[in-house]
Amino acid sequence: MSLLKCENLSFAYDGVTVVRDLNFTVEEGNYLCIIGENGAGKSTLIKGLLRLKKPSAGKVELGEGLRASEIGYLPQQTQIQKDFPASVREVVLSGCLNRMGLRPFYTRAEKERARENMEALEILELQDQCYRDLSGGQQQRVLLARAMCAAQKLILLDEPVSGLDPVATRSLYALIARINETAGLTVIMVSHDIDASLKYASHILHLGQEGQLFFGTQKEYRRSAVYHDFLGDRAVPMWKHDFPNRVGRAAPREEAEPTETESRVKVHSGKKSSRRLKKVSSAGTINQSQKGASDNRPEGPL
Amino acid sequence: MLYLVIEMFSYPFMVRALLVGALIALCAAMLGVTLVLKRYSMIGDGLSHVGFGALAIASAMNAAPLLVAIPVVVAAAFFLLRLRETSHVKGDSAIALISTGALAVGVTVVSMTTGMNTDVYNYLFGSILSMSGSDVWITVLVSVVVLALFIFFYHRIFAVTFDENFTRATGIPAGTYNSLIAILTALVIVIGMRMMGSLLISSLVVFPAMTSMRLCRTFRSVMISAAIVSVVCLMLGLVISYLYATPTGASIVLCNMAAFFIYAVIAKAKGLE
Repeated sequence: MSLLKCENLSFAYDGVTVVRDLNFTVEEGNYLCIIGENGAGKSTLIKGLLRLKKPSAGKVELGEGLRASEIGYLPQQTQIQKDFPASVREVVLSGCLNRMGLRPFYTRAEKERARENMEALEILELQDQCYRDLSGGQQQRVLLARAMCAAQKLILLDEPVSGLDPVATRSLYALIARINETAGLTVIMVSHDIDASLKYASHILHLGQEGQLFFGTQKEYRRSAVYHDFLGDRAVPMWKHDFPNRVGRAAPREEAEPTETESRVKVHSGKKSSRRLKKVSSAGTINQSQKGASDNRPEGPL
Repeated sequence: MLYLVIEMFSYPFMVRALLVGALIALCAAMLGVTLVLKRYSMIGDGLSHVGFGALAIASAMNAAPLLVAIPVVVAAAFFLLRLRETSHVKGDSAIALISTGALAVGVTVVSMTTGMNTDVYNYLFGSILSMSGSDVWITVLVSVVVLALFIFFYHRIFAVTFDENFTRATGIPAGTYNSLIAILTALVIVIGMRMMGSLLISSLVVFPAMTSMRLCRTFRSVMISAAIVSVVCLMLGLVISYLYATPTGASIVLCNMAAFFIYAVIAKAKGLE
């Protein structure tokens, strides 16, 4: 049984669907990166997985034995936190709350857990400092330590490196990879940073404005058309330039490609012109039909 | 001077006022830290106006003021909280609507029944003498319950204040704790209103927290400092009010203002701001 399974999952704000028809599963120990353009609904999806937002259709199934109180979460920073008087220790300890039941105060074991996580993230010497006096990178570490206190099986990270300088970014990524490998925590991360995603993730979920564009392992993703379209020239190997009219975005490259003429018509001209093509070919010669197809080319979403 | 103090404590109403006032100040300060940090400061102000409306109606019906006011204000607190979460009316405008509406109802009821007498003046600006009979016991009981609940749920209230989404995401019923905060706030507002007056009670909620946040850097130290500042200012205000026959609520607020400036100056001197 997988840790998390989404079936035909959709989310809407005020009746307008922003994410539709997601289907993917997360196994224990996976490192899933969710990537996509702004507004593709990545953060919405994270909120949905955490049950902060109800799906408008479909469902999220938590695997057997995974309860909400075993999930850690690193949210994007809120306005309130920027001038909040709280020490690092207070913030990190609050991650232990979900295992306390109705007990009012922390036990020694919970304080020890918080200490270990602060040590792992190298913020132990900051524990008495005020959260708002820290640098952006340090604040993220504090929130990550808190998430690790809460997480027993799964940790969700919403753009953990946003606003960090390159050095802090690298070290935070390395930390997350270590959490995934050594602590065996399953990681789901939203990221803008495709290079880092490809470097560390085991699985990729790519969201577009129309919904799910790709889900699979990171290796499969590197070979997919979605990846090559998303990165543009950066991802295109030299030989690709010989075929300026690549097959469209959603189809993986390994799939049997239609002949060149067909594919042009299908992808770039849509249904209408393919009907026109039929007419033309029934009326005239093959040459004409090919001409019709290539005439339509500039309209396509190149 | 000593003679004056001894004389002061020989009046039972002063002893009552000091005891009850200290309890109220303690509750208000601790809740106030949460409310200020959650950007809910104005809710206290809105609720106190609702409280005025409820008190006016209670006195028109000759009912026990607190027994009428408590349920009405608790209901208003719930309503304001729900409104903030779901409605399209913005939170601060909703508070303005409700507080002015309640004030209007209260004033109308008052003018149609008793007219603008001393009682009404006391509802608006507070009085030491208002603490009497069953009100004292209700106030003591309520404030002890508020303190106990607050201490019991201290860590959860911290978590909900710092990051509501995280708390909810990790399986803690944040909504329940928000409701708890709303109920406690409503209770403190109602019991504090008799002494402070409905126009001034929200200062008891906001001032100690804001004062302490000038200097203190951790949640716990802000709490402790706010509690101390609040109780000290209340005591000083009461004494001043007794000695110079100034209005009680206003004297306490003036002491709080002085404390705020002292803290701000110290913070400036220390280079914290």
